[in-house]
Amino acid sequence: MKEFNAFIKKEFYHIFRDTRTLMILILLPIILIMLFSFAISVEIRNVNIGILAPTNDNSINQLAHKIETSEYFNITHWLNSPNEINDLMRANEVDLVLAFGDHFDQRMLSADGAQLGIVIDGSNPNNASMEMMYLMGLLQSYFSEKASVLPSSAGSLTTNVRMLYNPQSRSAYNFAPGIMGLILILICALMTSVSIVREKEMGTMEVLLISPVKPIHIILAKMIPYLIISCFVLGIILTLSFTVLGIPMLGTLHWIILVSLVYILLALSIGLFVSNMVDSQLVATLICAVVFMMPILLLSGMLFPIESMPRFFQVVSNIIPARWYISAIKKLMIQGVEFQFVLKEFTILCGMTLLLITASLKKFKEFI
Amino acid sequence: MAESNFNNLPHDAIVVEGVSKQFGNITAVDNLSFTVPRGELFGIIGPDGAGKTTLFRLLTSLMHPTEGNAYVDGLHTVRDYKLIRQRVGYMPGKFSLYQDMSVRENLEFFASVFGTTIEENYELIKDIYCRLEPFADRKAGKLSGGMKQKLALCCALIHAPSVLFLDEPTTGVDPSSRREFWDMLTRLREHNITIIVSTAYMDEASRCDRVAMMNNGRFISTDTPFNIIRKFDKTLLAIRADNMFQLLNDIRRLDFVDSCYTFGEYHHATINQQTDENTKEKMEQILTSQYHHTNLHINECTPTLEDCFILYSR
Repeated sequence: MKEFNAFIKKEFYHIFRDTRTLMILILLPIILIMLFSFAISVEIRNVNIGILAPTNDNSINQLAHKIETSEYFNITHWLNSPNEINDLMRANEVDLVLAFGDHFDQRMLSADGAQLGIVIDGSNPNNASMEMMYLMGLLQSYFSEKASVLPSSAGSLTTNVRMLYNPQSRSAYNFAPGIMGLILILICALMTSVSIVREKEMGTMEVLLISPVKPIHIILAKMIPYLIISCFVLGIILTLSFTVLGIPMLGTLHWIILVSLVYILLALSIGLFVSNMVDSQLVATLICAVVFMMPILLLSGMLFPIESMPRFFQVVSNIIPARWYISAIKKLMIQGVEFQFVLKEFTILCGMTLLLITASLKKFKEFI
Repeated sequence: MAESNFNNLPHDAIVVEGVSKQFGNITAVDNLSFTVPRGELFGIIGPDGAGKTTLFRLLTSLMHPTEGNAYVDGLHTVRDYKLIRQRVGYMPGKFSLYQDMSVRENLEFFASVFGTTIEENYELIKDIYCRLEPFADRKAGKLSGGMKQKLALCCALIHAPSVLFLDEPTTGVDPSSRREFWDMLTRLREHNITIIVSTAYMDEASRCDRVAMMNNGRFISTDTPFNIIRKFDKTLLAIRADNMFQLLNDIRRLDFVDSCYTFGEYHHATINQQTDENTKEKMEQILTSQYHHTNLHINECTPTLEDCFILYSR
């Protein structure tokens, strides 16, 4: 036991004397949370709208005023002919054009109805569909207002959409769990594997192997300090999410922590597994970054919704631990569900952890 | 005291029987057999790639031999590897300590890893550690090369091992520190510790009790340094002239010269047995008259271990 304590003490020396790395580990989650929640935003704002109106109708002006006053749209151009649309869009002057038919006012109340075309710059499909959604909402509310003053409007259909759990569509809600999934992998997998491989590179591993210390103790001593740091970072992220981002934390805190602990263990065993396979710090870093971190960004549902991925990537995303973790944390933190609803994710994470720990302990080399 | 622990151990600290180690097609260690009696300072000299490090890893149980058996303190290196790991000390060639930890922290760490304390075996490392003590709080990464090696030796000795393996301990260390290091090894024999040390510097090998010359995975000669040199049965000439490069080619053309190679400021030439006594004069005459060498100096010289190594490894 004395040997083991000496080991852990040594690991803490390494960590605390490398102040730069330690600062990165602690500041990175804070900076990422701030960045993703305030600066980087997938919400749309300041959409430039052009209006093509052959006749100057009263209702068009009313509609334009309504659009102008919304926080998402700015009317920047009034067009005279449809030929201008293409040029303006290519010059990125407008993102969207509303094209009204002739005599909009009169026809609107006639039996044939009036014509209104919407042209959207579809080069960014995600934005286009969001713009479309917002605009439709605006139009719908305008026309239903208009129709309600008429006696014949009794049977008109109105849709009523409510965004549950995230009423303002705040992207921070989506990012906080994603950042947790990313940072914990970074600290646990990357740092553990690099610190084990460093001993191999420096030749100290050979000396440690030729000592009475049990290999399992070498491994555990490497894991425990990073486990403690991860818990500390987890605390920072949760506090920030609650205070700065205002994420409601509806789910009970202890379940969030339990799921996170399993995920931390999983990340540690990934680090251990990687360190067993490679012999240089550079390769360990690359593997952790390319094989484990990139897929988290791209395939875990953090940036792009899994449902809209091609079938192949949907299948691949199943083996990415962060996908299950992020999904579970979203449910617990934002939807505030009971633990039984994340049981599936929890079981998968536990299974992956067991598998990896067994595999890496089996692969741990007592010989060179 | 350390030596009292070793009383009931077998007489031979190391027994190697027909050990080979292959990596794919490459044979790093080729059917080696040798024994090292307890308390001996046994040197293994040879160039890089001779198989020295592989041999150390086989003996310290880090690798399994492809063929053959090896015993350390009577323990089999494959079957009893756990027991071996408790009693040997090992300093790998690339061993570089923990750079971000101080001298004392490094030593304390290795002491507790081996389940002991600095105080318990202080007697053993006293000679070496007293030189390091003024720098006890300095980070290992900020020590000079010679100091690092002294600290590494302390770390390998701290648990009073019965057999100590040092893999090229003096590589990258200045000459005076190297000499000091060997003085320490010589003193360690008083504690009856068997020391196996490898080096690429031939001059160091003369300080060993016995030396094994290793090349291509084999021992080409194993004996005391004195005997190895005594067995050198050829005339050895040291030759110098103004145009050293041309001189080397010209000497090699002489039919009574067995071999010629650069040796410091001189070329060393070994002479065929059959030729008569006054080869020196004969060579002087040919080199000046036929090849027009100026400032020619030819002296007969006593062979060094390096000359022996070059002769035997041909």
